[in-house]
Amino acid sequence: MNKQKTPLMHISKRAALPWYISWGIRAAAIILALIVCAIITTALTGLNPLAVYGTMLEGAFGTPRKLWILGQNIAILLCISLALTPAFRMRFWNIGGEGQVLAGALATAACMILLGEKIPNWLLIIIMVGASIATGAIWGVIPAIFKAKWNTNETLFTLMMNYVATQLVAFFVIVWEVPKGSGKIGIIHQNSMAGWLPQIGSYKYLLNILIVAVICVLMYFYLNYTKHGYEISVVGESERTARYVGIKTERVIIRTMLLSGALCGVAGLLLVGGTDHTVTTTIAGGRGFTGVMVAWLAKFNPIFMIFASFLLVFLDRGAQEITTIFGLNQSFGDILTGVILFFIIGSEFFISYKLNFRKREKEVQENV
Amino acid sequence: MDNMTAAVKMRNITKRFGPVIANDKVWLDIYKGEILALLGENGSGKTTLMNMLSGIYYPDEGEILIRDTPVSIRSPKDAFALGIGMIHQHFKLVDVLTATENIVLGLKEEGRLNLDAAAEKIKAICDAYGFELDPKQKIYNMTVSQKQTVEIVKVLYRGADILILDEPTAVLTPQETDKLFTVLRNMRDDGKAIVIITHKMHEVEALSDRVAVLRHGHFVGDMLTKETNAQEMTNMMVGHPVVLNIERPEPVDPKPRIEVKNLTVRSIDGVLKLEDVSFTACSGEILGIAGISGSGQKELLEAIAGLQVVESGSISYIEDDGTREELLGKDPLAIAGMGVALSFVPEDRLGMGLVGSMDLADNMMLRSFRRGKGLFTDRKSPRALAEKIVSDLSVSTPSVSTPVRRLSGGNVQKVLVGREISSAPSVLLTAYAVRGLDINSSYTIYELINQQKAAGVAVIYVGEDLDVLLELCDKILVLCGGKVSGVIPGRGATKRKVGMMMTRLGGGEEDE
Repeated sequence: MNKQKTPLMHISKRAALPWYISWGIRAAAIILALIVCAIITTALTGLNPLAVYGTMLEGAFGTPRKLWILGQNIAILLCISLALTPAFRMRFWNIGGEGQVLAGALATAACMILLGEKIPNWLLIIIMVGASIATGAIWGVIPAIFKAKWNTNETLFTLMMNYVATQLVAFFVIVWEVPKGSGKIGIIHQNSMAGWLPQIGSYKYLLNILIVAVICVLMYFYLNYTKHGYEISVVGESERTARYVGIKTERVIIRTMLLSGALCGVAGLLLVGGTDHTVTTTIAGGRGFTGVMVAWLAKFNPIFMIFASFLLVFLDRGAQEITTIFGLNQSFGDILTGVILFFIIGSEFFISYKLNFRKREKEVQENV
Repeated sequence: MDNMTAAVKMRNITKRFGPVIANDKVWLDIYKGEILALLGENGSGKTTLMNMLSGIYYPDEGEILIRDTPVSIRSPKDAFALGIGMIHQHFKLVDVLTATENIVLGLKEEGRLNLDAAAEKIKAICDAYGFELDPKQKIYNMTVSQKQTVEIVKVLYRGADILILDEPTAVLTPQETDKLFTVLRNMRDDGKAIVIITHKMHEVEALSDRVAVLRHGHFVGDMLTKETNAQEMTNMMVGHPVVLNIERPEPVDPKPRIEVKNLTVRSIDGVLKLEDVSFTACSGEILGIAGISGSGQKELLEAIAGLQVVESGSISYIEDDGTREELLGKDPLAIAGMGVALSFVPEDRLGMGLVGSMDLADNMMLRSFRRGKGLFTDRKSPRALAEKIVSDLSVSTPSVSTPVRRLSGGNVQKVLVGREISSAPSVLLTAYAVRGLDINSSYTIYELINQQKAAGVAVIYVGEDLDVLLELCDKILVLCGGKVSGVIPGRGATKRKVGMMMTRLGGGEEDE
């Protein structure tokens, strides 16, 4: 018989799965990832993987202080991800979050340095808020205007704006460095705390976390239930459709990037005014880009973004902890993080598609 | 039929997409030296079945035999190796390459790539079957018909002797269609097996030797074309008898509604698209617009809808009491703001009229989202409207929360037309309202348009099927190269007359 064999497997699209099965697949992916990570850990370091995992958890949740740092890091990452989301829903690939955060941070620092201790603190803080939002918004809207008027490529444009912002911060760090020659600004108004965002009770990071939580809820409603949110979705899907129903696409692009940049500016404000009380060129720490990943992982849903940013921050904190405790190379933590992310993102494939394996010869004959 | 050899035998083919069964135990033979027309309503599984033959999908169950040998077609490459070539509705060509380069693209041949030799071989194929093709021409310089020729020659070049064409005439002018048919007949006479998927009954009758009918994924039957007729084929496709005639009631109390005067439009690169176009569309009437595709139909409708930059002229909206409002220079929002209820069913359904990834309810919101309170959109009434349209127009969809992209062409069009007429328009613009729709859906759309006419709406109907234009419209405006070739009454107009006017301004007086 010259009958060719059917292929070993082929891929076909699944019907929508009930939520518990799709979450089951995700949970299975995490368990698989942990098993693979355990094998890698034992093979490469000879350590007990359970001890390593324990240390990771310890690093993220071990002490109240660590918990607060975890919360603060989640808040900042979430804030940036939320800022990028309206632009992404509009298919405006804003990868300039880094620059927009820096711009907001620089404006905050400038207000603190130039006006601090000279005007009442409440007035200073109001000016800081306004300045950081405005600067972030300007940084975001410049590429948007060029896109709206001349259809320039927003990806390149926003990316380039990052470098401009970094160089500006580098410049002003030298202008304001304390002490002269150190190349750093240092903590601004360490004694008077002028321009420091107020602390709620004894919790240093609580205000930041609350602000971002409010932004998250507002963003969810803005995107899903308001006219603006609807216009953003339509413009993102098809500009021709938008024009057909009388949506002014240029206006929507500019308005949305003003919002996106402004929220990045808020992240800059929270970093400088709320936690670091100084500004450096690396204050955003690549979170303008990590935010892109969070937004995609969460499929642009603000509520899912809380989980996505938690996951990324947790992995990051845990990896740091194991490298210090076990004296491992930094790259080892990255390997574990990479494996876990690979499995989690990979599980989405199995939620959308299924593999059909060739039936055994016996079954085929029975069917015939 | 006994003396013919089967090139393809499909046995018990089943294909599922999630819960949807696209093909259910389909059993189909395709013979050498025949043209088989594969018929079926939108979503009946014709394209899916052919995609399994060309290696795009893999069947869940069943068996395919090519020249009596069981085969497993896992990829388009396997299909080519078996001599199966498919010409899709959307061409897959690289714009910046020449015809020859596109044709040899992806082929593995021994030694250096010899484009001149390939061009020679292409020429030989063209001469054998009667194609007109310049192998050195770049794709971006080609008309749709020329691109299609490249696609067909491409599969012949690879040695295909089983050809599948998915709605090949949807984008062609009548003249180009005739040419294509000549070529296809030549190929049939050369012994090739040809399958053509089409919705146009007169093409089936003119071209095919045999028809096979699918309904809801099932194979219903096949018959020789010469032993059947359009009515019988349609009934088989739909599953119950269908009345194939279009009503044309006399217009009731027509009054001028839209008056276009001396309209001139240029494209962005300065090409004249409309020149000095003037006409009046009346309430309660259907004004048909005929013309070879690209004669300015799109620009005309978009100018009225406020989507097209106009060089000169005027477009007036005339109320029942005779007051006039100028529409030119206003965008769709401003036009709606003036209280002009203008509905527009554009040619590009999913690229302009609807958002493919949004569900039915959200697509209803496109027109109404501004009506919500304050900052927020109103989500309840669009959902109710979507549900009403689904039940009134019997749209087949799992629910109103299904993205419209997942619906078949006919259902997409029903959703779009349903939304546009739900706003009780006074002017309805439609562009190729039935393009790609099966015959049953087409008649539903004609019926809806007639209802609008009866309600006193001024309907402007841009169409490509002359038979329908002649049956449906009260007046027919013929465009030729952006100019008005003439306006004639629909009653008593002949296809010949309109056809002449489409190609020559005024319609060739020397014939009269």
